Amino acid sequence: MNLNTDSLIPRGADGRPLAEGSWHIPSMLLKSPGLLALGEQLSGLVDNGEPVVVLTPDLSYSNGLWAFRERHPDRYLQLGVSEQNSVSVAAGLATTGLRPYVTGFASFLALLCCEQIRTDLAYTKQPVRLIGHHSGITFGFYGTSHHATEDIAIMRSIANMTVVAPADHVAMGALLKAYADHPLPVYFRMGRGREPLVYEPDDERIRPGRAIVHAVGDDLTIIATGTTVHPSLLAAEELRAEGHSVGVIDLHTIKPLDVAAVRAAAEGSRALMTVEEHNVQGGLGGAVAETLTDHGLGVRLLRHGIRDEYALIGPPTHLYRHYRLDGPGIAEEARAFLEPGRITSDAR
Amino acid sequence: MPASEGASLTTSSEVVERIRERARFVRLETVRLISIAKTGHYSSTFSCAEILATLYYGVLRLRHGDPSWPDRDRFVMGKGHAAVGLYPILADHGFFDPELLDGYTRLGNPLGDHPDMTRVPGCDFSSGSLGHNLSVGLGMALGARMTGRDFNVYALLGDGELHEGQIWEAAAAAGHYGVGNLVAIVDRNGYCLDGKVDDIITIEPLADRWRAFGWNVVEVDGHDVPALLDTLLSIRDEAPAKPTAVIAHTVKGKGVGFMERDFGWHLGWLAEQDEAAVIRELKGEK
Repeated sequence: MNLNTDSLIPRGADGRPLAEGSWHIPSMLLKSPGLLALGEQLSGLVDNGEPVVVLTPDLSYSNGLWAFRERHPDRYLQLGVSEQNSVSVAAGLATTGLRPYVTGFASFLALLCCEQIRTDLAYTKQPVRLIGHHSGITFGFYGTSHHATEDIAIMRSIANMTVVAPADHVAMGALLKAYADHPLPVYFRMGRGREPLVYEPDDERIRPGRAIVHAVGDDLTIIATGTTVHPSLLAAEELRAEGHSVGVIDLHTIKPLDVAAVRAAAEGSRALMTVEEHNVQGGLGGAVAETLTDHGLGVRLLRHGIRDEYALIGPPTHLYRHYRLDGPGIAEEARAFLEPGRITSDAR
Repeated sequence: MPASEGASLTTSSEVVERIRERARFVRLETVRLISIAKTGHYSSTFSCAEILATLYYGVLRLRHGDPSWPDRDRFVMGKGHAAVGLYPILADHGFFDPELLDGYTRLGNPLGDHPDMTRVPGCDFSSGSLGHNLSVGLGMALGARMTGRDFNVYALLGDGELHEGQIWEAAAAAGHYGVGNLVAIVDRNGYCLDGKVDDIITIEPLADRWRAFGWNVVEVDGHDVPALLDTLLSIRDEAPAKPTAVIAHTVKGKGVGFMERDFGWHLGWLAEQDEAAVIRELKGEK
């Protein structure tokens, strides 16, 4: 079913569409296929008979729930600018047999509501799904209040919580469906819905808890999650062209972590490099480092990401370049790390 | 009549007497359990003993021994620190073996100072972090609506708990959506940890605050069992189009003279001799 998106288009006083390129909050959705897809994917769950109810704290245009509301207004709950209330309301709804999905900017959902998530969802084992979108530094010059470079660390330290960061909206759709019946809470980490596609629809490699090995390499395996998978694939291509043997793993499920995949990479490569749009402390890099230690896997590891600082402001693509989180940047970090005799990377 | 499904809507003197007796039971059990833990919330529990007894022996639609009955009325305890007074009631309703009370707070026992729904049958939601459970109760009440079930949700809130901002997020949403099957009962005992609630940060004008958020408001003496019973049953009968706040004016420490006069008894423990005197006072033997 195709939704009529006319109502999303900005119009002037005469009722005619404004010039090509003018945009406002509703029409921004049309530039964010990943967010439009989210509304459709959640609608699909309802169409499949899942007892889904979707909660939004005043963000239905910012996260694509507009599409869900158009389809299933009776399963849509608007709670205004009150994220903490939204999380606790979801807990109450879950006790009545419903499956609530709470959406929100990752910065507010994961950080502002950390305690409600721990106490009302995870400790109580409620099957609520949290969808934190605009994670990492995708918000660019909106600044630190809107950045979330701590959410993986927070969520993975909460017992009973599953943490998933799909690389694109194909993976998001597949994993939303895969976790639909999960009896415990799940945190889905999304970008801003404009990420290049990594996967084809119906890719059977996308399975919950199982890392996707895109390539194996003797010199280095890059382990990425969420928004860093695509640029890591670009970086690997660049490095391969220079003669390096480089593997890439999409570790979309950060908790529980696919230990076998990390072990295989550690045993098959001379070095590992994690790449995340998150603080290098406590996130993907932290999770991989813990796994290596737990299993006695002595391999060099570079944790690449935001290095325990608050990001500068700037357009997102400029920030990715600055923090070497785009393809060329990741390749440059890897090159420095692979120099003979190098223990850690200090490329900057 | 612990199983109060279809409880009589008339305030018979027999029901009132039973509730009063069960309120005394709640206070005595609170003293007994705290003696096991060697620490506990005496006066916060004493202030809501009549409220708990009225709900569980006169208002809530429950089935004895069936804590998961989907159509039961729900009770959430925002002021989770009064759980010590709730456990004896839940055991009395056949939700778990009363012998568990004897091991209250001891290693591995499900009954802690704050209630845990994953461990305590009959506990409709966990609590302990103030300010959460009005939101949770709102979710339950909306869930009843969305799943086509007819049950009410009762949230017991401390008056100090109303300092929490999340309470007012929930109050605004419940008022906006006209969630008539949600009832907040404020245990207005006047004190939080550091002293008088209204000296610390006032919550007055309390009734006007709830009204401004779109709620009906009823004020009642929280130790007057017939008044509590009439108030709570009439809310159910009327099936209002708005949520209702019942401001229950109570005395912190009610039933034990020296606790009524000293807010410090929010948390404490009584040595054997003092405990014996308190038990005599609660039994009316003094």
